[in-house]
Amino acid sequence: MSDTNTHSVSYVRESMLAESAPPSTETGTIKWMRENLFSSVLNSVLTVLSILVVYWAVSKIGPWFWNSVWDAGSLTECREILAAKGMTGHDGACFGVIKDRWQQLIFGFYPSEYYWRPVLALLVFFVGITPVLFDSVPRKMLILTILTPFVMYLLLWGGAIWLPLMVVAGFGVGYLAMKFLSPVNGLLGTIGAIILPLIFWLYLAGPIAGWLTFYAPIGFEFVPSKSFGGFTLSLVIGIVAIILSLPLGILLALARQSNLPIIKYSAVTFIEVIRGVPLIVWLFTASLLLNYFLPPGTNFDLMLRVIIMVTLFSAAYIAEVVRGGLAALPKGQYEGGDSLGLSYWQSMQLIILPQALKISIPGIVNTFIGLFKDTTLVVFIGLFDPIGLAGAIRASTDWNGIYWELFIFIGVMFFIFCFSMGRYSLYLENKLQREHR
Amino acid sequence: MKKTVFFGALTVAALVAGVASAATLDDVKARGSLNCGVTTGLVGFAAPDANGVWEGFDVGICRAVAAAIFGDPTAVEFVPTTGQTRFTALASGEIDLLARNTTWTFSRDTDLKFEFVGVNYYDGQGFMVPKDLGVSSAKDLDGATVCIQTGTTTELNLADFFRTNNISYEPVPIETNAEAQQQYLSGACDVYTTDASGLAATRATFEAPNDHTLLPEIISKEPLGPLVRHGDSEWGDIARWTLNALVSAEELGVTSSNIAELAAAPTNNPEVNRLLGTEGQLGSMIGLDANWAANAIAAGGNYGELFEKNIGESTPIGLARGLNAMWTEGGLIYSPPFR
Repeated sequence: MSDTNTHSVSYVRESMLAESAPPSTETGTIKWMRENLFSSVLNSVLTVLSILVVYWAVSKIGPWFWNSVWDAGSLTECREILAAKGMTGHDGACFGVIKDRWQQLIFGFYPSEYYWRPVLALLVFFVGITPVLFDSVPRKMLILTILTPFVMYLLLWGGAIWLPLMVVAGFGVGYLAMKFLSPVNGLLGTIGAIILPLIFWLYLAGPIAGWLTFYAPIGFEFVPSKSFGGFTLSLVIGIVAIILSLPLGILLALARQSNLPIIKYSAVTFIEVIRGVPLIVWLFTASLLLNYFLPPGTNFDLMLRVIIMVTLFSAAYIAEVVRGGLAALPKGQYEGGDSLGLSYWQSMQLIILPQALKISIPGIVNTFIGLFKDTTLVVFIGLFDPIGLAGAIRASTDWNGIYWELFIFIGVMFFIFCFSMGRYSLYLENKLQREHR
Repeated sequence: MKKTVFFGALTVAALVAGVASAATLDDVKARGSLNCGVTTGLVGFAAPDANGVWEGFDVGICRAVAAAIFGDPTAVEFVPTTGQTRFTALASGEIDLLARNTTWTFSRDTDLKFEFVGVNYYDGQGFMVPKDLGVSSAKDLDGATVCIQTGTTTELNLADFFRTNNISYEPVPIETNAEAQQQYLSGACDVYTTDASGLAATRATFEAPNDHTLLPEIISKEPLGPLVRHGDSEWGDIARWTLNALVSAEELGVTSSNIAELAAAPTNNPEVNRLLGTEGQLGSMIGLDANWAANAIAAGGNYGELFEKNIGESTPIGLARGLNAMWTEGGLIYSPPFR
């Protein structure tokens, strides 16, 4: 024991023993398994049962994926390929349908030579939204954010560039009116900034754009709304509705807390009526009822109607979520704002909303995820969202009788989008965490 | 220009709300395309292919009407409609013609104010059973579990049939045809009942179609046909006589392959000449070109060709002509004379 020491005293150890490895039960995988999987009899039993269930599921579903056929032009062909391997149609998936129709599932009936346009529009959207989502991006990028909707409209629907430009110019008119009329009279400036752009849009924008288009036809090939389908349709409806419903929802939430009875009760009525009726009913209203109210011959774009309905629907939900956030703030915050002499909008902007919105983030994102998935309901009014297209693909003689492959593809695509939204909301919550600093 | 149109529409909405629309044919011609309502997808009758081009038996009718008007079978905007939206779409003028395997019934014709322009497919409700069940007649189905789409006329027909024959059944309600296929194949029900054409199309997708059989009983009448709105009989005439032209063409032996030759110069058959516009003034009587019918037939072939190409025995669906054979061959397909 002490032969490592020159002057050894039998009862004193003067040097440390060499480190030896921890017992095998207290290290690495075994330790982890002891602690996490087999810490008690009950947990051991549950672990074994879970493993059996997982094994059972994988052994049933795994081969179906493993034996899947990708190179087939029809379900019959798929089955022949599987039969040649000595298997029945239940033993292997037929993902040939995805290979054959994935472009349709993603782009709908969008002209194939312009597939780059929705893709570019989505990229533009991501670039435009980064300054909003991440504060590490330079603030000047916000100018791009403002231009994003117009660029996206141009890319998706196309047509001459002049009409979107005229819409932008309308905002310019409003800005100029504000700048030059406000020094004269504050109220006049505000009214001018609202009225003049409206006059510009209603009476001047159309003719000027038409005139410019006639002399300088610059732009993209026009793609009508009915060509939109698949995930392009879901994303367009989802993204537009998400972007529009957030500000609308916040305004509604504030209106509901207002002291002015007309504003308050209009907001309450709106929220309760919209929220109290299923979305599918609103979609039917958009597609069926409006047809009777509009004069014959006016073809008010169905997609636009759906976007409006989905936006209003989700705005009502957002309003309630944000109201929850507002209610969670201590009264002192409101009083603090008042005592500093801030105006209503200033105290909202500087004190109340930043806190209320932070509290509401999980609820807001939850509503958005629900909204995005609800876009599949448009299948009931004859729009070709991914689910509708799955039905249409099944209606071809080639692919009649195929189910799971299409639904799995659609499910995976939706999962990717919804999961990303959920992750972003977690990131945002962590970033805005103030309590533990 | 979309926003302009939208704002314009809002501005003038109140002004024009009361003004009735002009003749449908003028509207269609001014628009340059026919708005034709079809299903969102039914095997053999209407479905978009991989390139988004609509194909099918009902689609063929739309194309024929477009060809009769414009001479161009592609001048059609297909508007997909669901069971709930189809009638509103037609009544509100969103579509000019509905060719969506719609059954011609009294109430639809009168109460809903539509005009069925003919029948392009005589269907009826049938039963499909696995061969193992050993049933050869629907009357042997006492106590069977039946997969049935809820809220349809098929449900009512089924109840009637079993009551009149004094036998019992247990319904298994399902929502869509896709669901029905899964339920039936997994054995959740002994029998699947829907329109016979749908049963045949469904059976064709099975891995072993020969293990299943269609029972001989057809328990309802489902005459499917294209329809238009009440109130514009001239437009109805165009749709009706386009369909009749396709039928007459089959009767007279005019096909898409010989039509160019027959329409080039008058033949020695005056009925063919009148149909194809090489003799007489039939086209101008309905406000179309003299060669309107020739264009309609050239679009997708005559009635028989459309049938064979989309749902006939050479296709996976494999429907026999049956009731849909020409009247000369014992069927019900019959066109009034072109005179």
